[in-house]
Amino acid sequence: MPPQTPTRSTPDSSGPINLASSQEEIAFDIKGFNLWYGAHQALHEIDIQIPARKVTAIIGPSGCGKSTFLRALNRLHELTPGTRLNGNLRLFGDDLYSAHVEPAVVRRRVGMVFQKSNPFPTLSIGENVLVGLRLNGIRDSSVLQERLEYSLRMAALWDEVKDVLKRPGVSLSGGQQQRLCIARALAVQPEVLLMDEPCSALDPIATAKIEELIQVLRSKYTVVIVTHNMQQASRCSDRTAFFYLGRLIEYGETRSLFMNPSNPQTEAYVSGRFG
Amino acid sequence: MAEILAVHSTFAPTAAQQAWRRWYSRGVSVLLSLCALLVMAPLFLVVWFLISKGASALDWNFFTQLPKPSGEPGGGMANAIVGTFVLLGMAGIIGVPLGVMGGVYLAEYASPRMNRFIRFSADVLNGVPSIVWGMVAYAMLVVPFKGYSAYAGGVALGLMMIPLVIRTTEEVLVLVPQSYREAALALGISQWKVIVIIVLRTALAGIITGVLVALARVAGETAPLLFTALGNNFWAHSLSQPISAMPLQIFNYAISPYEDWHRQAWAGALVLMAIILTLNLVVRFMSRDRTRR
Repeated sequence: MPPQTPTRSTPDSSGPINLASSQEEIAFDIKGFNLWYGAHQALHEIDIQIPARKVTAIIGPSGCGKSTFLRALNRLHELTPGTRLNGNLRLFGDDLYSAHVEPAVVRRRVGMVFQKSNPFPTLSIGENVLVGLRLNGIRDSSVLQERLEYSLRMAALWDEVKDVLKRPGVSLSGGQQQRLCIARALAVQPEVLLMDEPCSALDPIATAKIEELIQVLRSKYTVVIVTHNMQQASRCSDRTAFFYLGRLIEYGETRSLFMNPSNPQTEAYVSGRFG
Repeated sequence: MAEILAVHSTFAPTAAQQAWRRWYSRGVSVLLSLCALLVMAPLFLVVWFLISKGASALDWNFFTQLPKPSGEPGGGMANAIVGTFVLLGMAGIIGVPLGVMGGVYLAEYASPRMNRFIRFSADVLNGVPSIVWGMVAYAMLVVPFKGYSAYAGGVALGLMMIPLVIRTTEEVLVLVPQSYREAALALGISQWKVIVIIVLRTALAGIITGVLVALARVAGETAPLLFTALGNNFWAHSLSQPISAMPLQIFNYAISPYEDWHRQAWAGALVLMAIILTLNLVVRFMSRDRTRR
């Protein structure tokens, strides 16, 4: 298949896009990645390198494959029956789809936060944070206690919940629940945090808190965030990838992609003319 | 009011039309209320009848003593009451794990084709007449082991429970939002732990409700016990002996010609009804708790 994305294959379009020459560490290295739902091809020949310890935003109109792409990064799409894929997807050099890699191991390395906050209704706040560790066999209470506090602090929730850890997770407000889900994902010490429109169900104040949090997280984690909100992408990401109809149309430094898009479709989308 | 409307609209109904409509509406409401009462009447009639006929035979002895031979006054149904709970316990041991695991398979693992097939089978099994289950247990356990036994009765009731529990378990598991499964799997938790610890726990109240409904349903069954548990006028000292059960005892007393056995049968029916009603009330309580969350 000939390259459909001039921005990726021509190294000169604008400086920062030329990722190969920068010395930064690559988290996801993806080449020729295709994904089908039954007969429908949802992703076409995706080539992308996602940098470590940076925030990469994925934007695009509904149905463009951005959530599918995100779910492919931790093999969660495998829950949908009838999916097939080929191509190469590596995380820090390890092939995530090699035959002897367990999906559970991939998902421990690549955590996820969902569009709607989903704390487990039968568990307390503390149990929600620790469930991933406990069910992966960690029993040492000092380790658990330390991970609990660390994760809740990282999620900027510790001060609000430290006295009510025994209350049900679902008793928190929407924004707090979403931060609880972030703490839950961080507790298993992933290398990457995927966020699938984490603020779309939140009010502006809660959204601002989560965005602030993303800025803190990027110092330790690789963050990939799918968002419908272009202001959000431009505010809180280092890189932005624009997907359209299952293809990666343009990928580059967030500022240059928004200010100076090299593809006319990207320009039309980020300036709000479609999508 | 009607006159005012008439001034403004040529389509406004006249006062007479409106009065007719009001009466018509009232008439239909009354008719429907009567239908509703008619539907509920049997429940109240049954309860009232059982109380008026059975309460007089209810005393402490009824719950503590064995049946007396005909003609001798007194006696009770202690063995049948205990027998019913023993049979329900055995039915639960067979029906609950198989039913719940079958429901988990249906909801979590089965391919759509397999799902349709099993669901259809379970629905057909739910419609199988209860006496057929008795025959199945008779052929499986009574004939080979050459004797009626509590085991055979428990198995007959347990088999009846399986399709009921499968279907209710599947229904409540499907109601557990997919997002909980995804969130748990995204934490790198293995699938069986996700199912056992996250999904089943979330659906627990619903599954218990389904199990209690199934128990209440089989608690009153007589036909499957007729040639499996058989009935026993004394204590069953082992589960391989025939055992008494309330529906059996009621049946035997009711078809007898003796007046005081009839009264015992009424009392037994009253107690059995109370047990089943209690089970149903517990179910109501649990499901209300679930919807509140």
